[in-house]
Amino acid sequence: MPKEMTGAEMVVEALKDQGVDTIFGYPGGAVLPIYDVLFHQEKILHVLVRHEQGAAHAAEGYARSSGKVGVLLVTSGPGATNTITGLTDALMDSIPLVCITGQVPTHLIGSDAFQECDTVGITRHCTKHNYLVKNVADLPRILHEAFYVASTGRPGPVVIDIPKDVQFSRGFYTPPAGVAHKTYHPKLDADLSAIQAAVEMMAQAKRPIFYTGGGVINSGPSASTLLRELVALTGFPITSTLMGLGAYPASGANWLGMLGMHGTFEANNAMHDCDLMIAVGSRFDDRITGRLDAFSPGSKKIHIDIDRSSINKNVKVDLPIVGDCGHVLEALVRVWRAEAKHADQPSLDAWWDEINQWRAKKSLAYRASSKTIKPQYAVQRLYALTQNKDVYITTEVGQHQMWAAQHYHFDEPNRWMTSGGLGTMGYGLPAAIGAQLAHPKALVIDIAGEASILMNIQEMSTAIQYRLPVKIFILNNEYMGMVRQWQELLHGGRYSHSYSEALPDFVKLAEAFGAKGIRCSDPALLDAAIEEMINYDGPVIFDCLVDKVENCFPMIPSGKAHNDMLLADLSDDAGLELGSIIDEKGKMLV
Amino acid sequence: MTTPASPPSPYSAALSSSKIESHTLSVLVDNEPGVLARVVGLFSGRGYNIESLTVAEVAHAEHLSRITIATSGAPETIDQIHHQLERLVPVHQVTDLTTSARSLERELAMVKVRGRGENRADALQLAEAFRARIIDATTESFIFELSGKPGKIDEFVDLMRPIGLVEVSRTGVAAISRGPEPI
Repeated sequence: MPKEMTGAEMVVEALKDQGVDTIFGYPGGAVLPIYDVLFHQEKILHVLVRHEQGAAHAAEGYARSSGKVGVLLVTSGPGATNTITGLTDALMDSIPLVCITGQVPTHLIGSDAFQECDTVGITRHCTKHNYLVKNVADLPRILHEAFYVASTGRPGPVVIDIPKDVQFSRGFYTPPAGVAHKTYHPKLDADLSAIQAAVEMMAQAKRPIFYTGGGVINSGPSASTLLRELVALTGFPITSTLMGLGAYPASGANWLGMLGMHGTFEANNAMHDCDLMIAVGSRFDDRITGRLDAFSPGSKKIHIDIDRSSINKNVKVDLPIVGDCGHVLEALVRVWRAEAKHADQPSLDAWWDEINQWRAKKSLAYRASSKTIKPQYAVQRLYALTQNKDVYITTEVGQHQMWAAQHYHFDEPNRWMTSGGLGTMGYGLPAAIGAQLAHPKALVIDIAGEASILMNIQEMSTAIQYRLPVKIFILNNEYMGMVRQWQELLHGGRYSHSYSEALPDFVKLAEAFGAKGIRCSDPALLDAAIEEMINYDGPVIFDCLVDKVENCFPMIPSGKAHNDMLLADLSDDAGLELGSIIDEKGKMLV
Repeated sequence: MTTPASPPSPYSAALSSSKIESHTLSVLVDNEPGVLARVVGLFSGRGYNIESLTVAEVAHAEHLSRITIATSGAPETIDQIHHQLERLVPVHQVTDLTTSARSLERELAMVKVRGRGENRADALQLAEAFRARIIDATTESFIFELSGKPGKIDEFVDLMRPIGLVEVSRTGVAAISRGPEPI
């Protein structure tokens, strides 16, 4: 028997029925009826953020670290527009979000009413799907459908825009059972013939490589387990994108490290020289491929992806497999076993010999210092002192993000939250808040830069209010480091507006918020300072003063191929030449 | 397999070397608010061409609309457009009528021509040859109604230009597959 209730009550009822325990939001005129319903219940924790962008990133951190859908609730107009960056971020990185926005009453839509904006029009381009609910009778179906669309197939953000009069209207609520969508039916299982063809190609490969991405994480923990099994069965080397770190353990024997623009020498060279590339839930992004016409020229390519439009988008592949990574990996393992396949071991041994020569370059090495803290050293020490804990890492965007990806090692999926596709500075602190709410007892650290952290620093108040002991580990080099690095490489060292001038005193800033501030500039004192941060029961801002001009290497300069990498040792004695490494075409790229 | 070629940009080289083709895509969608904006926004957002667009409800009870889009691009781009369209939540089905089946394409045009004397006679003669109907006439003008493949309409319009073409209104292409089966 459907229950009669108001639209606002339906929203909260549907959230409960969808198993939502935490939402992130900020109230305002057009969502007051929903906030009034929230006032009368205790099942759902509403986390008051300090800016709606923070709500979106917090929901992303919550979703990415828990595998559940992240939910945010904001008001009309500026409330909705402030979420745009977070929604776009979630779209690019395939994070399941449901964003509920208030809207002016239906009779005022189109009249330029106070705090009105065309939310569905604006968010059409940055959501997987969106809805404007004009009739309360449609609301229960749309609410449940939104969760279904957000969390299945290639996950993504979904916006539900609810006018205030619809929130007040009464109607009949129906629970989620039996949502059968008219048009949206993601395909999970791949065709058996494609699986068999893939297994055949794998058995014949002489220089194979797995190139995995965020899709493996999105598919759930079992996909990571199956990936490990397949790697163990075949003995093939494996590399991953930024978004896929943790799916295969960094401590695993077959791990080559991350690939791409700041990936390892061995991973990129193996990608370039392989004869079979097995892409699993990765999308041949430009940070990965580098120069396309020189991308892995001699290889056959298998691409496993749930999104058909990702296949052949940037790189033409030989065998497309459309399906969920977990399902496809399960089928690959099963068929490989059933047909008693084995790798071409002599060729594989020779391939590993070659890879080990690249590994011997130690491309992540840097020049150590006893006087200044090298940023890589800071991340290494942070890893060493936290690796045995239940730890979740988020980052902002820039050099510190790449150093974190290179020097912090992940053995499990869902432990690493970073803005990959969109590259959103200001992502890390709210994402850490979201991850901490999903894992209250865990150690959650935002590895940050001093410029990025200021983009959403207001969320410190949220951390304080909800007693979330997130740790913000700032690699402070007083520059927008990646911008500075590119200006050095591309623009003759003219550091146009990339110096972080007029920085706050981060220790005092922490204290002003009611958090703890720690500063360290001496490598000898770093371990003790990190321990102090870890052991403090509450939020900490750690101002780690690092080498100001350290560059992030290795690097594939723009417009270059995988086997044309720039290594750290080259940069040490060739400062002047750096500017000439990237040609005119490369300078056009981002 | 990437084909080495001299690239316009180092990032976008491999796929863009093929030659440009024109394709007609038939997109069956749920007739919900904003669905046309989704389809059109996909084209503008990703830099695809729209050469012609028609949209109308085709099954009222089922809320189905058919959007017919004439587009152009390299075969790989057409393939991308196809799959990007399929990804939109309210899309039921996407069919490339140019590749998947023998198809019929028709467009309707209304062509206003102004002229006297010899020009008037020429216009009438040509209209007859093209099987255009006169749907409005004054002592110094005609409006012709003409349907056919877009190329035929182009041709007719070109012929009317020196005679005294005033303006043209075209519906855009509607298309359907031949034979008893649905698209």
